[in-house]
Formats: sequence, C-alpha cells, structure tokens
Amino acid sequence: METETTTGLEKPEAVEKWRTHLLPAGLAILVLLNLLIFMEHFGFDIVSRYYKGILILAFINIILAVSLNLINGITGLFSIGHAGFMAVGAYVSALLTLNMGRWELVSSQVQAVLQFPLVLLAGGLAAALAGLVIGIPTLRLRGEYLAIATLGFGEIIRVVALNLNITRGARGIPSIPNYTNFWWAQLFAVLTVVIIWNIVHSNHGRAMVAIREDEIAAEAMGINTTYYKVLSFTIGAFFAGVAGGLLAHHLTFISPKGFDVLKSIEILLMVVLGGLGSITGSVIAAIVLTALPEVLRFLQAYRMVIYAGTLVVLMIFRPQGFFGRAEVNLAFFKSLFRSRVEEEMKSRSEERGGNGGSA
Amino acid sequence: MRKGEIVTLIGANGAGKSTILKTISGLLQPREGKVFLEGEEISALAPHQIVARGISQVPEGRRVFPELSVLENLVLGAYQRKGKEHLNELERVFELFPRLKERKNQPAGTLSGGEQQMLAIGRGLMARPRLLLLDEPSMGLAPLLVKEIFAIIREINAAGTTILLVEQNAHMALSIAQSGYVLETGEIVLSGSAAELVRNEEVRKAYLGL
Repeated sequence: METETTTGLEKPEAVEKWRTHLLPAGLAILVLLNLLIFMEHFGFDIVSRYYKGILILAFINIILAVSLNLINGITGLFSIGHAGFMAVGAYVSALLTLNMGRWELVSSQVQAVLQFPLVLLAGGLAAALAGLVIGIPTLRLRGEYLAIATLGFGEIIRVVALNLNITRGARGIPSIPNYTNFWWAQLFAVLTVVIIWNIVHSNHGRAMVAIREDEIAAEAMGINTTYYKVLSFTIGAFFAGVAGGLLAHHLTFISPKGFDVLKSIEILLMVVLGGLGSITGSVIAAIVLTALPEVLRFLQAYRMVIYAGTLVVLMIFRPQGFFGRAEVNLAFFKSLFRSRVEEEMKSRSEERGGNGGSA
Repeated sequence: MRKGEIVTLIGANGAGKSTILKTISGLLQPREGKVFLEGEEISALAPHQIVARGISQVPEGRRVFPELSVLENLVLGAYQRKGKEHLNELERVFELFPRLKERKNQPAGTLSGGEQQMLAIGRGLMARPRLLLLDEPSMGLAPLLVKEIFAIIREINAAGTTILLVEQNAHMALSIAQSGYVLETGEIVLSGSAAELVRNEEVRKAYLGL
C-alpha cells in the first residue's frame, strides 16, 4: 500500500488488505466460473440453469449499475430514470429481433449469433438517443430538480410503452428468443466496465469528475459543462439500453411493469451501496444485491424484510457505500493503466508512486 | 487595461467587483454593455470559449476540487491544452508554490486555506492565461499568508501575465497594482494609478481606514 497517500485519516489495515485481495480473488472466481461453464460443452453440466440465470442477471445488473454510476457517481447528476433507458433498449431490441426476417445466407443459429449484438447495439443507440433528447433540456437542472425530471422521464417511457400498439401495452411482448446466455452477458458486462473505466480515467472523465466536485469551478477551468453532462448522460443511457436488450432476451418476456420506478431505484441502490464514484464498488454491489434475495430465499415471506433491513443497516454504518469513492485496490493494474501525465512526470526525474487510487 | 499590468478593482461588499470578473469570464452574461479582449468582443461567449482565448479565473472562495489530488486539480487547470506542453507549466507552478509539490498526491480538500488558495492560483496559471482574473485571493487568510500570496501574484505578473485583481484588502491590492478602479454600487467612481488612489482622501478614509 505504499501507493496510497497520507490523507491524515489512516484506514484500518484489515480493510486495506481486503481491498487488495478482492480483485484478484474476483478475477480468479470469474475464470473458474468460465471453466466450469465451458465444461458443459464436454458434457459436464456443473452449473445448474438456476445458477446460470442468476449469473446472467448479475452481469446485466453490473452493466446497469456501472453505467448509472457514470451519471450519478462520476458526473454527479442525480438521475433516477435508468429503468426508462433500459425499457427503450429492451423494447427496441426485442421488436427488432421479432421482426427481423430469416436471413437466407446463413443457418438460423449463425443468424442469431450475428444479429444479437446488432439488435443490442440498436437498443443501446435508441436509449442513447432518448438520453440525448431528455438530457439537453433537463441537465440545466441541479440536484433534486434533475432527480424529479428523470423520474418523470422514466414514468413517461413506461406509460408510452403501456399505451402504444407496437409495444402491446400491459400485455407485454412474449416469446422473445432466448439469445442471452452466460457468454453474451459476460462479454457485454466486461465491455461496459472496461469502456466506462477508460472514460473515467481519461481527460473526459476528469472533466466529469470536476463537474461533480464543483460545477462553477469546472466551468471556470474552461470545461464545457453542458457538453460533458449530456455526454455522460448519453453514454450511461446507451449501456442501460444494452442491458435492457440483454434482459429482454433473457426473460423472453417484457412488459412495462418491469421498468417502473422501483427498477430505477434498485439500480440506484447498487450504485449507492457500492459507493458513488467507485466502479469496482458498483460491480460488487450489483453482484451482492443480485445474489442476496436468492440467498435469503429460505426465509420465505421474511425475505424482503431482511433484504430491506440489511440495506438500512448498511446505510447507517456505511453511508458512503462499500468503497466510498475508492476503487478496489488496483496495484496490479496500475502498471498497465498508468496515466500519461504520471508517466511523463516520472520520466522528469520524480520519486513517486501512483495516484490513480480514487476515481 | 494595459498589457502586463496589475489592475485592481476595489470597493465595498456588493459593489459589483466579483460580478465584473464573472462577466468577463463568461460565468454571467452582461445585461448591458460589452466585454472586449484585444479588440474582439467576448461578451456573448461561453466560459470555455473565453478560457480558450487566454483569460482564466481564480474564483472567489478558491473552489478547488476537494476530492481530487493537488496534481489532478492542476492538470484540470490545463484542461484545454493539448499534449504535454502543460507539464512545463506544472513545473513552474511547483516552483512558485513548493508547498503544492510536497502535497501533490493529497486530496485538495485536506489542504489548509492558504494552500488551497495557492492551488487555486496555480490551477488558474496552468491554462497559461494572458489575463488572470483573481477574485479575493486574501479572503480568510492569515495576514502573513496574505503577504506571501501577494508576493507571488507580483512574481506571476513580473513573468508577463496581466492580472485583474479584485480585493477587499485595498491596502494590499494597491500596494502591488499599477492602477486601480474604485467601485460603488456597480459604478466606477474613481480610477487612476495605484499611487494616486493611495493618496486620494476618500479612498484613504473609506477603504484604507486611515
């Protein structure tokens, strides 16, 4: 931990150790999981359908939490309409899949593999467009005003889906092909984390963080604050749309009910619980909050009471979330992802460690 | 304003000093009147366009990014500059403020008030401005620190940066400025060289407490 700087507040060593070991442990588990699931191609069904379903949901929730974290945690825009973008992506991709005819040239399996990423991309782009359209007028609002505006947006999307013919209203869209599997979900989750991580640690990300920290000062620094707020919002919406598409092709049925305010709040919960601004925190919180209701299933009716109680207790004892704004210790990755400034400073005969510990 | 000078705006609370600075930097839009930079009108431009034209502002109350490190704060100051040329500026800022170099990995929010003011000024310099707007750099600082900061402001000016200084501490401001304006309720009531203003009876009574 020689890379961490003294902030005056010494962190307990145990916590630090935990943070250092979490990421390698997580990656090891992921590799193991991949191996286990890959075994099914050789006739060993080790991971049951039930567990695979939970894993897929966990990956989808990671996409949702990390993308909302870009908006809420990194840029500091309090948005609670994430389910709205998700709904746009889910409906657009589901309808595209259902209405895309049979391609003549390839077998139906190959067609599925080829068209799935395309419809997900289309769903993401549609959601991004919605983010752009809603972001430009509402992002002048601050704090709770923006929260209410995004809440309203989420409701509008839900009500529109409830009343359009093409979305079949409250009956929902049934029999969407079950294209989402462990691999797709994993691929998109990893892509999302890598892309958003890179955005956050680029010059653009620094501008977004500056807006969160002090919008007026950011403006005075010459940062085009409107541009970056809209950009962050649009990128976040894009990934929410992709996640919506994955969910639609996982559940094989979508209806407006699945994209209500509660869904938005569920995603927000993951972000707050993991720590606003901490990407690794969002990932871990998404996994924990996906698994928790399942783990608690033996409690039957008391399940949701315990779930909610756990959240209350966590917020009392750790209001900044698992990790606050810090990331799970990335000492290993630091050598790979060191920022250019640091490199240059180092080459200018400096005697120092990294400073990329916090977002 | 002439190039290479330190010009100061002095006046009581609410006289409109900060408002003038914010209007120049584009944070506020002028209701009437126009702002010119070397013959080009800049009154309708957005703040980021004004920064691109070489005006940078050190806002009132410092406004450093508290959770970012000192280094990250400084790099953000050079936000609009491409490539690595801003690293020269970084070295210069660290020369001016050795204290910042010692603490470059520390979150800016944990710095003392004086250090934060140094950081805010350093951050403003990172854009390599032709005109630096300083809003109340002495606010809330111990007298000794105020002296230190003003010495540095003079040094920055000597290196060729034009400075517009808004200050409550008229005495300090006039001691380093070449010329000044006295504001009262949004109007310039007096202007002249700093030496003239220091000698002016009204200024002495109202702002210097003599």
